[in-house]
Amino acid sequence: MTYKPNVLKVCDVTVQFGGVVAVNNLNLEINKNEIIGLIGPNGAGKTTAFNAITGVYAPTNGAIYLNGELMSSNFPDKKMQAIYAGENLGKYDVRLAPTPDIITRKGIARTFQNIRLFKNLTVFENVLIAKHMTVKANPFSATFMMNREEEKRIRQESMDLLEMLGLADVKNDISTSLPYGKQRHLEIARALATKPQLLLLDEPAAGMNPQESDELMHFVARIRDDFDLSILMIEHHMQVVMGICSRIYVLDYGITIASGSPKEIQNNPKVIEAYLGVDE
Amino acid sequence: MVLKKSTKYILTSVLVVAALVLLFMLDNGMIGTSYTVRIVRLSFIYALIGVSMNLVNGFTGLFSLGQAGFMAIGAYTVGVLTIPVDLRPNVYYLKPMAEGLANVEVPFGVALLLGGIFAAVFAALIGAPVLRLKSDYLAIATLGFSEIIRAVIANDQLAPLTNGSLGLKSIPGFDSIFIPVIISVAGIAIMALLIKSSYGRAFKAIREDEIAAEAMGINLFKHKEMSFAVSAFFAGIGGGLLAAHLTAVDSNQFKIMVTYEILLIIVLGGMGSITGTCIAAFAITAGKEWLRFFDEAFFIGTWQVPLFRPGLRMVIFSLLLMAIVLFYRRGLMGTKEFSWDGILHFFLRLKRGIMRLGKKPAREVQ
Repeated sequence: MTYKPNVLKVCDVTVQFGGVVAVNNLNLEINKNEIIGLIGPNGAGKTTAFNAITGVYAPTNGAIYLNGELMSSNFPDKKMQAIYAGENLGKYDVRLAPTPDIITRKGIARTFQNIRLFKNLTVFENVLIAKHMTVKANPFSATFMMNREEEKRIRQESMDLLEMLGLADVKNDISTSLPYGKQRHLEIARALATKPQLLLLDEPAAGMNPQESDELMHFVARIRDDFDLSILMIEHHMQVVMGICSRIYVLDYGITIASGSPKEIQNNPKVIEAYLGVDE
Repeated sequence: MVLKKSTKYILTSVLVVAALVLLFMLDNGMIGTSYTVRIVRLSFIYALIGVSMNLVNGFTGLFSLGQAGFMAIGAYTVGVLTIPVDLRPNVYYLKPMAEGLANVEVPFGVALLLGGIFAAVFAALIGAPVLRLKSDYLAIATLGFSEIIRAVIANDQLAPLTNGSLGLKSIPGFDSIFIPVIISVAGIAIMALLIKSSYGRAFKAIREDEIAAEAMGINLFKHKEMSFAVSAFFAGIGGGLLAAHLTAVDSNQFKIMVTYEILLIIVLGGMGSITGTCIAAFAITAGKEWLRFFDEAFFIGTWQVPLFRPGLRMVIFSLLLMAIVLFYRRGLMGTKEFSWDGILHFFLRLKRGIMRLGKKPAREVQ
């Protein structure tokens, strides 16, 4: 399989909180239609890396490109410069820190490790809210229902999406009343409603049994094809990661200790050491 | 069991017509007294202010306590601009009104709209710093701003504009009960439409989960600011109506207690329910008056029942509130809205409950 030029390029991203370097010098590339895995022991900085990409945190140093265009970039200054413990100091001199909503509008959608649905709202409303960012009508014309066409369009699109993902029959249920697996599906559906090019999944198979995670694996592969997506996923279920990811990055204590195909990763002594410890 | 659409339509029409007839009869003095008229007017005004506060607190999930301040802005705008020019020397008797304004008198509608706009602009200005705060901190900051507005209005240096601590009087009142009723109902309808629109859904998303809402491409600040300003606009309108209702305003009327009273209305009605707020606005405004007989001495024969003296009314009122908070933790309506199906289900449940009481032991648990 040949890939088109990369969708996301993360260059030398370091995230430091006070004296703690959560992510150190992360370099990551995602090509079009690729499914990439991001693994590592607990506390390795995987979710921090996600948060840096999606704008929840600005990177302390480094740059992130989306489709070859600079999306966010930062460098340490003042107090941070004095305590900065990462690498590549002085390599970046642009400060660009978009908020998460801007990044979502640019085409990166995400799910959360601990499912974050809009709890008291229905399944349909959850997806419909994600369509809000495509609404062009101003608050005034929306209030006085002068955007009926648009409203009809987003309702139709949301309904289509729910049908594609097999959630149409529960559309009027309160989102948190769904079984756990369905909630995960709904969270992915909601992310897809923003029409992303890149989908970031934070532990989509967490808490699932082998059979469920197997289903999820096929589900992820299917949405990649159906929605023409690139996917970056954090996952602990090796069966899932090894099954669908074309490449894997391994983090440990914020440092990228290995990257490559699933085969290479499985046999990498550093990865084995990080997960299982050293033989004495 | 669900009611037919046509049945609901008929029921709603009957309700609206009945309300209109009652209002018409009140307006013409066919039923009730001028006192009843005042209570009904006040209830409608409080319903409008309640829904405006619910927009921010119940639908957007921002714990704001600044409503009294926005009401004060609206009330004073209406007061300053509508007092008849020839009566102004009597109102501003200590310090004359500022020259530029002394001869400016605008129609009530224009003054009301201006009051709303001023309140909204002020809300937008303080919203920029304040809306970055969350929960209790936001509550304290908005409460502080509300008190600042009150203090500024009462300030002696502003006396040529606001008449300082003397307050304003001789504000023209309503000719007809329909003026406050129509304005309140229209305001509530506009907010209901906003909440039903895509923007309203975004507000609810922010209430449910800010982080997820932002990840869905919703600009948090813009939407919070919008909700805050719209809420202040209608609070300003409500304040303006209140000024005309009372025909006099005083900065002391806009103390924190007013905000709490409205908070009480929305908590009782249900945070996130428009109809709940309206019902609670009527229940509380009218309820306080109905309970008034507790304040008067009460005799059985010649024996004076103890405790019946001024103040007991508020004790009973508090007890009722506690009971409601204990048994309806999410308010009367929760986040639901009034619907005929809801009423039907309520009665069906009631019927089932009564029938179960009649039978001896209920089904045994297997």
